[in-house]
Amino acid sequence: MVEYETHSHDVLVVGAGGAGLRAAIEAAASGARVGLVCKSLLGKAHTVMAEGGIAAALANVDERDNWSVHFADTMRGGQYMNNWRMAELHAKEAPDRVRELEAWGAVFDRTPDGRILQRNFGGHKYPRLAHVGDRTGLEMIRTLQDYAIHLGIDVHMECTVIALLKDGERVAGAMAYDRERGRFRVFDAKAVVIATGGIGRAFHITSNSWEYSGDGQSLAYRAGAALQDMEFVQFHPTGMVWPPSVRGILVTEGVRGEGGILVNREGRRFMFDDIPENYRSQTADNEEEGWRYVQGDKNARRPPELLTRDHVARCIMREVREGRGSPHGGVFLDISWIKSKMSDSSGHIRKKLPSMYHQFKQLADIDITSEPMEVGPTTHYVMGGIRVDGDTQMSTVPGLFAAGEAAAGLHGANRLGGNSLSDLVVFGKRAGEHAARFAAEQSSSSLPADAIDRTAREALEPFDRASKGASTEGPYQVQHTLQETMQELVGIVRREDEMVRALDCLASLRNRTARIAVTGNREYNPGWHTALDLSNLLTVAEAVTRSAIERRESRGGHFRADYPEKDTGYAGFNILVSRDTDGSMRISREPVPAMRDDLRQIIEENK
Amino acid sequence: MGTSAGDSMDVVESGRRAAERSDASAGSETRSATFRIWRGTATDGRFEAYTTGVSEGMVVLDAIHQIQAESAGDLAVRWNCKAGKCGSCSAEVNGRPRLMCMTRLNELDLSEPVTVEPMKAFPLVRDLVTDVSWNFEAKKRIAKFSPRAPDAADGTWRMQQSDVDRVQEFRKCIECFLCQDVCHVLRDHGKHDSFVGPRFLTYVAALEMHPLDTVNRTGELKEAHGIGYCNITKCCTKVCPESIAITDNAIIPLKERVVDEHYDPLTALVRLFRRKPQ
Ligand code: SF4
Ligand code: SF4
Ligand code: FES
Repeated sequence: MVEYETHSHDVLVVGAGGAGLRAAIEAAASGARVGLVCKSLLGKAHTVMAEGGIAAALANVDERDNWSVHFADTMRGGQYMNNWRMAELHAKEAPDRVRELEAWGAVFDRTPDGRILQRNFGGHKYPRLAHVGDRTGLEMIRTLQDYAIHLGIDVHMECTVIALLKDGERVAGAMAYDRERGRFRVFDAKAVVIATGGIGRAFHITSNSWEYSGDGQSLAYRAGAALQDMEFVQFHPTGMVWPPSVRGILVTEGVRGEGGILVNREGRRFMFDDIPENYRSQTADNEEEGWRYVQGDKNARRPPELLTRDHVARCIMREVREGRGSPHGGVFLDISWIKSKMSDSSGHIRKKLPSMYHQFKQLADIDITSEPMEVGPTTHYVMGGIRVDGDTQMSTVPGLFAAGEAAAGLHGANRLGGNSLSDLVVFGKRAGEHAARFAAEQSSSSLPADAIDRTAREALEPFDRASKGASTEGPYQVQHTLQETMQELVGIVRREDEMVRALDCLASLRNRTARIAVTGNREYNPGWHTALDLSNLLTVAEAVTRSAIERRESRGGHFRADYPEKDTGYAGFNILVSRDTDGSMRISREPVPAMRDDLRQIIEENK
Repeated sequence: MGTSAGDSMDVVESGRRAAERSDASAGSETRSATFRIWRGTATDGRFEAYTTGVSEGMVVLDAIHQIQAESAGDLAVRWNCKAGKCGSCSAEVNGRPRLMCMTRLNELDLSEPVTVEPMKAFPLVRDLVTDVSWNFEAKKRIAKFSPRAPDAADGTWRMQQSDVDRVQEFRKCIECFLCQDVCHVLRDHGKHDSFVGPRFLTYVAALEMHPLDTVNRTGELKEAHGIGYCNITKCCTKVCPESIAITDNAIIPLKERVVDEHYDPLTALVRLFRRKPQ
């Protein structure tokens, strides 16, 4: 009935950012026939936006660093909600993954003795982020892309997956449409890796592009997989706030790593005012010590600007709320002050933070070498996602794997800067390896013709509605309302009554989505694409809201004004989201597995 | 342990001044502007005019999005980062190849309609979107990076910063293909079969100057990649949003390498000129 092209692969990787590319490389290297689906052109994924660096205990700059310190930092930053097995593997394997990038052509900044240079970042005890100025993500994605194109991987560019297909319990492929012509494609695959990134588009102020509509989380959920930790959304403390059209664009934490300070309108460096108990012993208590730290003094402790992102974001919100913000409702982030400390500060800033210099100059008329920036929190990352096995990255659905931001576990309640790029390559590799192994063990499967038919029909409904001329509305307005709702009611500061209201709004948005009509035809039609993405956005928005209601405490990225303290009663479980047989969303609590003794000891030693 | 140093008040003062200046330059009163946007395909298309409100700090891409939401739901445009980092939103604004997300409306004359049209060097898909797949194929034909064996005691390599500065300059490329769009060899002469264009000459330069790489690409540069077609007009360098010195730092040194091994009259001439004492 419906027309489509069929493509057959052993492993289908959905998403071509760092995690997807690394998974595809690994699967192809093991001999699997690999298909790689990208929502945009190859090399444009959100990974290019990562600025600061990739965290790995190479110990090139401070020889005291090793995997166990990195492990302990990651667990502390995640408030011990992390999947500890993933945190262990990540800390152990990240250095090899970084060296591998170098062997594939990446050119990191160098130490004086010619090794990979590492910089300071929030929550990392030692300088740990390998970097290339402030465009590390671009370096990483280009390296992986240029390596992957010689491995015989079938790349499907500008192609969006709209459903996973199953054969009985296991995954058997996926269905997609191509942007250019709007035709359907069916992928027959023995294993599928989801590496579609995050959900940032569910919020109004975000550093994420249009692509981050929670596709992977929603596809997996509809295919029966469990999601986990969806209440933990990271609001990055420093997004641009002015002018309005650039609101939300990321300002790298690297600015603070290089010595940038946060100041309120009274000229107070307010980050010294509130240093959490579990970081007090590691944090400088005066400006002079903080400066020595960013200059590389190994005996100094880090300045409070480099506390974890959740904490810094809340301190900024407090300043703004209490009337001490900057003219456009943020605070000041200043790197230019270092001119009092070094002779060529302007050249230094431009060398270390070239794209920040460029970004502010061009978009805001601000010269960051001589003036402060105005910054405020922006939706940046979701710690939660598809629940996976720590070793293999397989979800609760056989044959369905997930890696990178789309997967949950590594970061717990809050992600440390720099741990995302390393997450992508460590677990991208693992997902690719295990997906290929799983695929090799499967006999071929049959694709469900009825599901293919239904998916196609539903996808085309917005066009039919337009021709029938019933009461309809456009996709952009509905998307906008959804983003405003989540920003207002389920944002940085949450309350039960507001979130319950958000659920009502989401229900009515779902009804409105069922009435959306789009104009034009199927070829490269962004209105249609927006309409199709909406159902994913609604699913993840509901998952975030329901999980956030369930966690009646404040922890990491999840802050409840009605329960502002951490509650140890909530430390023992992760919140899971799954689809009930009647199609409704079910929330459950899953105890955090007891940690291995040797790992527990590492945490004690690093307290 | 809060601090309130005199220094920090300077920060506030200069921050306030910057904010005011930014308000002024952004133009706080709301106006409107007209955009002439290419709609349709190469064979069946025309410019259509859309008028939309202009608010503070807007870039061309914002205007396009606003028009999409208000009156042209199916207006095709490619974008991702909206911060000049992904190289997706290339188009020609008032005839100049630009990133739409980095072109502020206050640099344009809004008393006249602003023309926005797709890149010319590639086949048109629809509206502002072109088929750039040729670029991905061209890259595949370039001999891949092949490092020498690790030679440091720890099984890796040592490279000095000064030895990688130049390569890092080339690796800033965001693959926006604006340089390809403006190069007359591709745009006017359609030599896509025999010339890889400035983006990929820069890519070859990054590989050739990589301290670890072992391959010699001068043969393929001359034959398959057609470096001889470039007559150093420097149009590519002028449009590069990453300010990469494509001609001076990448193409000319490559031409010199080629000329050392394979004679190329134009480069020989350039070289003679460059070597003249000032
Ligand atoms: S300098 Fe060469 S590559 Fe650049 S635009 Fe001119 S002819 Fe093309
Ligand atoms: S060299 Fe410059 S203009 Fe050319 S593709 Fe790269 S960033 Fe764009
Ligand atoms: S949208 Fe990424 S460069 Fe313009």
